[in-house]
Amino acid sequence: MASPANNPIIEMRKVCKAFAKPSGELLPVLADISLSLGEGEILGLLGRSGSGKSTLLRIAGGLIKPTSGEVLYRGQPLSGPAEGIAVVFQSFALFPWLTVLENVEAGLDALGLAHDETRRRAMSAIDLIGLDGFQSAYPRELSGGMRQRVGFARAIVIEPVLLLMDEPFSALDVLTAEALRTDFLDLWIERQLSTKSVLLVTHNIEEAVMMCDRILVLSTNPGRIAAEIPVPLAHPRNRLDSEFHNIVDEFYSILTSRTTESIGAQRKIHGGLAQPLPPVPINLLAGFIEALASSPYDGRAELARIAGALALDIRDLFLIAEALHILEFAELQEGAIKLTAAGRVFAQSGIEERKRLFSEHLLQFVPLAAHIHHVLSEREGHLAPRVRFESELEDHLNPSDTEKTLRAVIGWGRYAELFAYDDDTRTFTARSLS
Amino acid sequence: MEQHAQVLIGGPWHQRIPTWRDVVATLLVVAIVILLGSGAHQMIAPLITTQQARISLSPAALPVYALRTTLRMLAALVASLIFTFIYATPAAKSRRAETVLIPLLDVLQSVPVLGYLSFTVVFFVSLFPGTSLGPELAAIFAIFTAQAWNMAFSFYQSLITVPTDLDEASRSFRFSGWQRFWRLEVPFAMPGLIWNMMMSMSGGWFFVVASEAISVGNIQVTLAGIGSYVALAIQQRDLAAVGWAIVAMTITILIYDQLLFRPLVAWADKFRFEQTAALVVPRSWVLDLFRGASLLRRLGEPIGGAVQVTLRARLALPGKPRWRPVFALPRRAADFAWFSFLLAGLAYVGWKLAQFAEPELSWGDVSIAAGNGVLTLLRVAILIALATVVWVPIGVIVGLRPRLAEKVQPLAQFLAAFPANLLFPLAVFLIVKFALDPKIWLSPLMILGTQWYILFNVIAGASAFPSDFREAAASFRVRGWRWWRQVILPGIFPYYVTGAITASGGAWNASIVSEAVNWGPTRLNGSGLGAYIAQMTEAGDYPRIALGVAVMSVFVITMNRLLWRPLYAFAQRRTRLD
Repeated sequence: MASPANNPIIEMRKVCKAFAKPSGELLPVLADISLSLGEGEILGLLGRSGSGKSTLLRIAGGLIKPTSGEVLYRGQPLSGPAEGIAVVFQSFALFPWLTVLENVEAGLDALGLAHDETRRRAMSAIDLIGLDGFQSAYPRELSGGMRQRVGFARAIVIEPVLLLMDEPFSALDVLTAEALRTDFLDLWIERQLSTKSVLLVTHNIEEAVMMCDRILVLSTNPGRIAAEIPVPLAHPRNRLDSEFHNIVDEFYSILTSRTTESIGAQRKIHGGLAQPLPPVPINLLAGFIEALASSPYDGRAELARIAGALALDIRDLFLIAEALHILEFAELQEGAIKLTAAGRVFAQSGIEERKRLFSEHLLQFVPLAAHIHHVLSEREGHLAPRVRFESELEDHLNPSDTEKTLRAVIGWGRYAELFAYDDDTRTFTARSLS
Repeated sequence: MEQHAQVLIGGPWHQRIPTWRDVVATLLVVAIVILLGSGAHQMIAPLITTQQARISLSPAALPVYALRTTLRMLAALVASLIFTFIYATPAAKSRRAETVLIPLLDVLQSVPVLGYLSFTVVFFVSLFPGTSLGPELAAIFAIFTAQAWNMAFSFYQSLITVPTDLDEASRSFRFSGWQRFWRLEVPFAMPGLIWNMMMSMSGGWFFVVASEAISVGNIQVTLAGIGSYVALAIQQRDLAAVGWAIVAMTITILIYDQLLFRPLVAWADKFRFEQTAALVVPRSWVLDLFRGASLLRRLGEPIGGAVQVTLRARLALPGKPRWRPVFALPRRAADFAWFSFLLAGLAYVGWKLAQFAEPELSWGDVSIAAGNGVLTLLRVAILIALATVVWVPIGVIVGLRPRLAEKVQPLAQFLAAFPANLLFPLAVFLIVKFALDPKIWLSPLMILGTQWYILFNVIAGASAFPSDFREAAASFRVRGWRWWRQVILPGIFPYYVTGAITASGGAWNASIVSEAVNWGPTRLNGSGLGAYIAQMTEAGDYPRIALGVAVMSVFVITMNRLLWRPLYAFAQRRTRLD
C-alpha cells in the first residue's frame, strides 16, 4: 500500500512469513505485506486472532525474520533488534525478580550507560508515566494497570524512535485500559515523548479508532492487508461523536464481510473439509441465540451494540457469529447478525428438539462432522483414531487451527450425539451402536 | 536492590546506631569465616606416613568432625553450581550439544555414586600423593556426583522453558549474552535450582558419610569427619559412640537447614515466576536478621553494588545483534559431520572398554552380576511396595489434617536428609544379637533413608488436594475403599510417583553399603548387586567393580524407562483438568 509519508520510519516491501509444519512443509501466516509508517503517525493493525498481526509487529521489531521481502528501518535494512525500537507487550513481560526501578533500568543497562545516567533517566520515565512511589515494588505486588505502566516506562526510557505496541491494553479491565490509553495519548499529543511513530496491534475496533491515524485490516489464513482506512478525526476523540460511530460501524461491516467471504471461500476448498471451526462451547451458542431471539433484538442485532450489551469481548463475539454463520443458525451481513428460520426454531425448542436440529445442521453444513460420521459408520467396529482426521486437517491448516477445529467438532458432535470421543485412547466412536 | 531506591528518594529510614541484630549477624559472619578458614587449613595439611587421620571416639571431637563433614558438603555444592552453569547452558543453546549432553546427564543420574567411589579415590590420591587433599577431593567429588546431575537437569529445563515474552523483551532490549544470563536465565531458573539443591543435599549427607572412610584394595582412606567416626565406632563395637554420632549429625543438619537453606528459600521467593502474590511466603529468621541489620548491610553494600554492576554490565563483544545465528554449513551436512564424529568417538570408547575388559572378564562374570542384580531388583521392588502400603495411608491421613501436617512434614523432610548409614550399626547390632538371616533382615536398610521421600511427597499431595473435591465426595457419601480408589489416590498419584522415583533410586544406591555390613569383626553378607560391588571394592578388583556398576546402571535406567517415566507421564496427563 502506498503511503503519503515521505520519510518513513519503517517500511515493509512484499514481506512474507511462513512457519514450517512438522512435515517440513511451509505454512504461510503473512503474505505480501507492504506498508510504510511515517513520522508522527500511529498506525493500527486490526485483525482477528490468527491473522498474523503479532507476527507482523515482531518482524518490525527485528524479533522474527521474514521468510521473504524487505524491512527498512529509517532507510536501512533491518537485521535484528535495532537501537531505537521498543516493544510494549500484551503480557507486560516484566521481570518478576526485578523491582519497578530495576525493570525500567534493564533497557538502559543493555545500552551500557553509566550508572548515574541510567538512574536519572529511569527516574524521569517513572515520573512521566505516573509510577512515582512504586520504585521499590515488585511487579507481583502491582495491579495489572500499574504493571503495564511499568511496561510503558520501560519502553519509553530508552527514548525509542519507533514504539511497537502488541495489544497493550487487552489484558486489562475496561476502566484501567481506558485510563492508560488516555494517559498515553496525552503524552503523545503533547509531544512529551521522543517517539516519532507508533505501531499498534489490536483486535479492539474502538481502541483502534480512538488512537490511530490510519488502520490496516488484516485478513486471515494467511494474513494479508485487506483494507486501509484513515481516521481523519482530531485528538482528543470522543466515542459519542457520530463520526466516530460511523468509522466504527464501517469496520464492523468490513470485518463481517471478510468473515462471510472467508467462510464461503473455505467451503469451496477440498469440499469444505478443511474449514477451520471456532471452538465455541454449545452453551455459549445457545445462550447467544436466545438473547438474539428475544427483545430488543427480535432476531437481528448490530454487532457493535450487542457486544456492549452482552459484555462480550469482540474476539468471542466474532467466534460465536462465525460458528452460527457456519451452522446456518444465523447470518452475518453488513456489521449485523440475523437469525435464520432454523435459528428461531432452535430458540423456541426444548432440549431434544434442539439436539435433533443441531445434529441436522452439523451434518449438512459442517463437512468435517459429516465426514467423521461417515467414516465411523463405514468402519468395522465403528472406531476411528483421532490422528486420521488430524493428518487430513493438517494438510491445510496449521497445528493450532487443527487442534481448535477438532475441539469444536468434538464438542458439537458430542452435543448432537453424532459420535463419541475417548481422550484416553484418542479415538472417535459411533454413537448409534446401541 | 530495594535500598538503592530508598537512598535515592531520601528514604525515611536511616539508622546509624548498631542494633542487636548487627551484633548477632556480625558474630555469625565472623564465626562462619573463622570456622571455614580453620577447617580448610586442616584439609590441606600434609598427612604423615599413611593416608589416615587419627580419629578419636570422644564425643568432644565430634563438633570438629561435623564441621569438616559440612565443609565437604559446601565445597561440593559450589562445584555443582559451577558445573551446572557450564554444562546446562550449551545443552540448552545448541541443538547438537543437546543431543549428546542431555542423554549423558540422564545416564549419569542413574549410575550409583558409591559404585565408582573406588575409582575416584585412587585417581585423586594419585593426583596429590602425600597430602590429604586427594582423599578430600575424592569425598567432595562423591558428593558432587550425588547432586550435580539433577541440578544441571533442572537448570537446562528452565533454560528451554524461558517464557517467550521475557525472551522477546530481552532481545528487543538487545541484552548481551552476559546480561541475558544473569538477568533472565539464572533468575528464572532459581526456584527450581534451589529446590534441587535441597534435594541433592539430602542425598549428599549419605554419600559424605560413606566416602570418608573407604578401603579400596590396599589403599586405606580415613578423613576426619562423622563418617570416619562411625566407621571406627563400628570397628570397636562402640554403640554409645554411634549414638553420639547420630546426635551430632542431627544437630548439624538442623543448623545447616536454618543457616543455609531457609534463608536461601526465603530469598529465592522473589524469583517465583507466578505473577500472583503467594499465600504462604517462606520466611527465615536468619534472612530477617541480616535484612534488619542496617550497619552490616551498609558495610555489605559496596560488595553487593560491585556484584550488581558486574552482572548488569554488557561485557559483550562488539557487533550488532543479529537474527538468530544461521549455521554456515548447510544443516544436513553439518549434522552428518557431527553425528559421524559422535559415532567415531563412541566406537573408540567401546573398543577401549572391550580391550580393558577382555582379559579380565568372561560372560560368566556378567551373568553372576546380572543374577545379583535381579536379587537386588526384587528387594527394591518389594521394599517400595511395602513402603507404599505403609506410608501412603499415613501420608494421606496426615496431609488432610493441616495442623498435623505442619508438624510432621518437617520431620519427614529431616528424616529424608538424615544419612541412614549412621543408623546401620544399630540394625546390624540387633541382627547379630538375635542371629537373624542377613539375606532378609539386611534388606530394610536399603530403604531406611529413602522411604521418607514417599511419605513427604504424599503429605504434600494430600495437603494440596482441593477441598471442594473432598466436600463433593463427602456430599455424595463416597466412603471407604471407594473413597480411596476414586477420590484420594488419583489425587495424590503424581506426588506419589515423584516420591517413589526418588526412593527407588536412593534404594539402589544404598544397596552398596547396606547389603554387606560389618560389626567389628563380624561380617554380614546379604548378597545382591550392592554386596557384589562392595566385595569387589574391598578386594580392589577394578574390572568387576566396573562391571557391577555398569550392570546396576543398566537396571536403574531400564526401570526408569519402563516403569517410572510412563507412570509419571500418565500421572501428568490424567490429573489435569484443562
